[in-house]
Amino acid sequence: MSQIEYLQKLHRAGRIGRRELLGRAAALGASATALSVIIATEDAHAAETPRRGGTMRLGIGGGSTTDSLDPATWNDSVGTTGGFAFFEPLIETGAGNAAQPGLAASWEAKPGATEWVFNLQKGVTFHNGKTFTADDAVYSINLHRGKTKSGAAGVFSAIMDVKKTGDNQITISLKAADGEFPAVLTDYHCRMVPEGTTDFTKPVGTGAFTVAGYQPGVRVHGTRNPNYWRKDRGFLDAFDLTVINDSTARLNALMSGQVDTINRVDAKVANLIKAKKGYELVVSPGGWHTVVSLMQDKGAMFENHDLRLAMKYGIDREQVVKTLMGGYGSVGFDHPIPRGDANFNTALKPIAHDPDKAKFHLKKSGFAGTVTIQSSDAAFNGAVDMATLFQGNLAKAGLKVDVKKEPADGFWSNVWLKGACVVSYWAGRTTATQMLDVGYGPGAPWNESHYQNPKFTALLNAARAELDAGKRKSILFEAQALMSDDVAALIPAFRNSLDAHNGKVGGLVPASLSDMDNSAITVRGWMKA
Amino acid sequence: MLRLVMLRLAFGAMTVLAASVLIFAGTELLPGDLATAILQNSATPENVAEMRAQLGLDRPAPVRYAEWISHAAQGDLGISLSNQHPVAEELAPRLRNSFFLAAFAACVSVPLAVLLGLLAAIYQNSWYDRAVNFITLLTISVPEYLVGYLLVKYLSVRWGLFPSLANVAPENTLLERLDLTFLPMLTLVLVVVAHMMRMTRASVLNIMASPYIEMAFLKGLTKSRVVVRHAFPNALAPIISVIALNLAYLIVGVVVVEAVFVYPGLGQLLVDAVAKHDLPVVQACGLIFACVFILLNLLADIMAILSNPRLRRAR
Amino acid sequence: MVKLFGQRVPLPALIGLLIIVANLLAAAFAPWIAPFPEADVVGDAWAEADATYWLGLDNLGRDIFSRLLYGARMSIGLSLLITVLSFTIGVIGGFTAAIGKGWIDAALSRFVDLILAMPTLIFAFVVLSVMGTDLAVLVVTLACLDSVKVFRLARALAVNIGALEYVEVARVRGEGLWWVITREILPNALAPLIAEFGLRFTFAFLFVAALSFLGLGVQPPAADWGSMVRDYRDVIALDSPAPFYPAGAIALLTIGVNFVVDWLLALHARGYGEGA
Repeated sequence: MSQIEYLQKLHRAGRIGRRELLGRAAALGASATALSVIIATEDAHAAETPRRGGTMRLGIGGGSTTDSLDPATWNDSVGTTGGFAFFEPLIETGAGNAAQPGLAASWEAKPGATEWVFNLQKGVTFHNGKTFTADDAVYSINLHRGKTKSGAAGVFSAIMDVKKTGDNQITISLKAADGEFPAVLTDYHCRMVPEGTTDFTKPVGTGAFTVAGYQPGVRVHGTRNPNYWRKDRGFLDAFDLTVINDSTARLNALMSGQVDTINRVDAKVANLIKAKKGYELVVSPGGWHTVVSLMQDKGAMFENHDLRLAMKYGIDREQVVKTLMGGYGSVGFDHPIPRGDANFNTALKPIAHDPDKAKFHLKKSGFAGTVTIQSSDAAFNGAVDMATLFQGNLAKAGLKVDVKKEPADGFWSNVWLKGACVVSYWAGRTTATQMLDVGYGPGAPWNESHYQNPKFTALLNAARAELDAGKRKSILFEAQALMSDDVAALIPAFRNSLDAHNGKVGGLVPASLSDMDNSAITVRGWMKA
Repeated sequence: MLRLVMLRLAFGAMTVLAASVLIFAGTELLPGDLATAILQNSATPENVAEMRAQLGLDRPAPVRYAEWISHAAQGDLGISLSNQHPVAEELAPRLRNSFFLAAFAACVSVPLAVLLGLLAAIYQNSWYDRAVNFITLLTISVPEYLVGYLLVKYLSVRWGLFPSLANVAPENTLLERLDLTFLPMLTLVLVVVAHMMRMTRASVLNIMASPYIEMAFLKGLTKSRVVVRHAFPNALAPIISVIALNLAYLIVGVVVVEAVFVYPGLGQLLVDAVAKHDLPVVQACGLIFACVFILLNLLADIMAILSNPRLRRAR
Repeated sequence: MVKLFGQRVPLPALIGLLIIVANLLAAAFAPWIAPFPEADVVGDAWAEADATYWLGLDNLGRDIFSRLLYGARMSIGLSLLITVLSFTIGVIGGFTAAIGKGWIDAALSRFVDLILAMPTLIFAFVVLSVMGTDLAVLVVTLACLDSVKVFRLARALAVNIGALEYVEVARVRGEGLWWVITREILPNALAPLIAEFGLRFTFAFLFVAALSFLGLGVQPPAADWGSMVRDYRDVIALDSPAPFYPAGAIALLTIGVNFVVDWLLALHARGYGEGA
């Protein structure tokens, strides 16, 4: 999908105004004629205003019988797509990953950006009738700090203290300055719950729906919350989410009319849906990317920069995009910042597939052994295939590679973060700094390749503390260029996420963080008549 | 004979107990641990330790076994480690679903298999015999998910006869349930009929070679009468044994079919629980499967005893 | 008319034999017959069949025909190994239990019940997760799991035959255990056992395939038919024939094996009739 199509979709969903659409399209180089065509098509779609009522039936992959409605435990699409219907965040991720008001109406940084003040929405009530206050916000944030099992614990460790500074105001102080802190609060785990909540089997939130039925790994069923505070969303009477983990079964359910929309369309069949009358494919270019870690410990083989370079030049990234992603993706530059990010280094050249250069560096490295790539489909569907492709690629450069298919069971605990060369993935983060920090920061618990380079660390620290967006951008440019050459990992490709619907679903727009409009389709979407 | 049956029952109970030890020990051997499995790639050493303590994983194994088995005997299967729901509550609807699908498939497949097998034995080497043989071979030589996908492709997506999702809900009526589970049932029937039908045919034909059958023929009885009245009752033991194996498969081994049709049965629960190391759920599922299996085998043994006059006396 | 061991071979059995021989040849000479190496990417994913790529290319752009030939090697070899091993263990165990009676029977039967009481797929899944997915581990695990099923059948058959007069006569004569097994029980149990062997052999393919469904099984980039079906299943919706080539190969061999099995059964029955 082109940038302009992307903007059109946002406009149709009411996410950006007409002026912004035309302005951004012109900035992308659209001619006057093209702009008039855009206006005409947009007028044709003007009738597409949200409609109240109806039930949306979703077939969502990425759920398990071990799921729960406790936001701290969410780790996949069903958890978030179901959970977002019932619980709301302080701050939302809007178009272009901008921080947007949620239950926090406004916010500002105190000078120095180590303290942030958040003003909360007034008069919002929970499903049980209780009014949402600063106490609830403090409690909800603290659920993800300190001794906790929350997946947000890592990013929230930057928080020093959360204080109530008014009935509808909280102040958060940080261990170090962070110019983009509101983005941290958009973490999908951090949802507002009433103070003192410990039992999530009877969930209470402020969301557009109340729980009408919940069977982990089977079904999430919600009905409209009559007291919902927002008027610009929550159009559906109800939604019915069926967990369908098998990609073929998901497609079949859409085709046989049993669900209205599905996520994670297999790239192999994406074109089929596009060609099928009545069905629509929604392509979201985002931050999801594949990673092959090259653990860089002292004395380990990947400490050798030339061996890393041999692999960087030896793998065929285009082939990964073409073969494994069916063309729905883009090649990676061995840094984790996606193209859509405002801080993406546009000056960087792609790392071309060059067996001769790889051969040259392999010779220079003096490495004569075998590299074993550990891979499992537990990481992502196609992870083993990708390792197999690289095995073939690198053989041409003279590097012997073994592919070890690891069992899905125990992959995250026994292989990931432990093996020297492991295939895994990263989902996108709201900001570039955050992405670099969690995956490659010194001492970051998930720095899977144990990447360490004093120069990179210095750049990262500078970027984090920088409050000026322009200056931050140039620092991040430099960090990306450094990684591309040096980082102890291969980042071969970014994958688009693919959703599909039967033409009756309104408001399903491309989103950059996760599928189904950043998991908020039940809240922001509607059913057409 | 009664003594023989009682003896088998006692053995069955002992087997259940032994199985429980094996299940508990087996789950202890699983690689990885629940805390990291739940947290996936958002695990840090601190929150892993916190989660382990919260789940009680830091106590010795024998203590946990004793606690588990005594509670299980009273019907308390514990709390799911990953979502804090009582395991029994979570198992009950899925167990009902699994039994429903298994019963549905068994009601169709067992009579069908025995009938087809007997007819094949009676009309041995006829065109009918060959055709049935060929078709059943074809159905078992294709992976079950391919059979399922093909049924969905034609019967559901293309012709719209049956739903492709078997997402049964508690509020469904029996008729709706039968409609929703029709395709998974058909898939399972295609998978299990061949084995039972072929065993029926082989066992009956085996008996047909016995001298007493020749005697029956010499008396001038028709072939169908000989097969049904004389050969079949004597061929029952291996047939029952195979039927019991297949019934157990219908309840325990249908993970793949459940995945294809998104059917909320026990298999999917067990696979998810193994992947997430939700030990209470794995153990409860294992125990239930073990009981079902041991019970079916007991029934098969007892029926084999009843069906064979020579075994009817106690030794 | 074709004759083998002095017996007339009926047409289906002949076809079955041809299928088996062709498969064995393909398996043995795969590296020489196959136009491309099994793991090499030679073109675009899902390219249509043409003169160079006889059956088209697969999900990664590898030649499907070449992978089928290599797959024959892996699948037939694995299944045969698993089945032979499981029958050796199962039949010996089952007959010993049936003849030995008493505590031997009880101990063996209860032990087998115990193993049988575990869901096979999950059990294999756990064992392979703990032990790793080495081919040797795979073969031994599957053979052991399979052997308990063979055990039950063998025992049921032997108990039934053991209760027949001639076996009792032999025992009264004072014949030893081994003699009774090999001379009286095995010949009489052979027919259903051979039928079972044919079925179990083909089940082994599918079991390996089911394991790959759960992320275990044969290591890439090696090809086996069951995993190939699994890898290609997504394109069923696209009307692509790709999944049907490996599935067809499994079906063809299954049918071939069973044609031969049926013939052997018929031979056995006739032999018995003549001798009686």
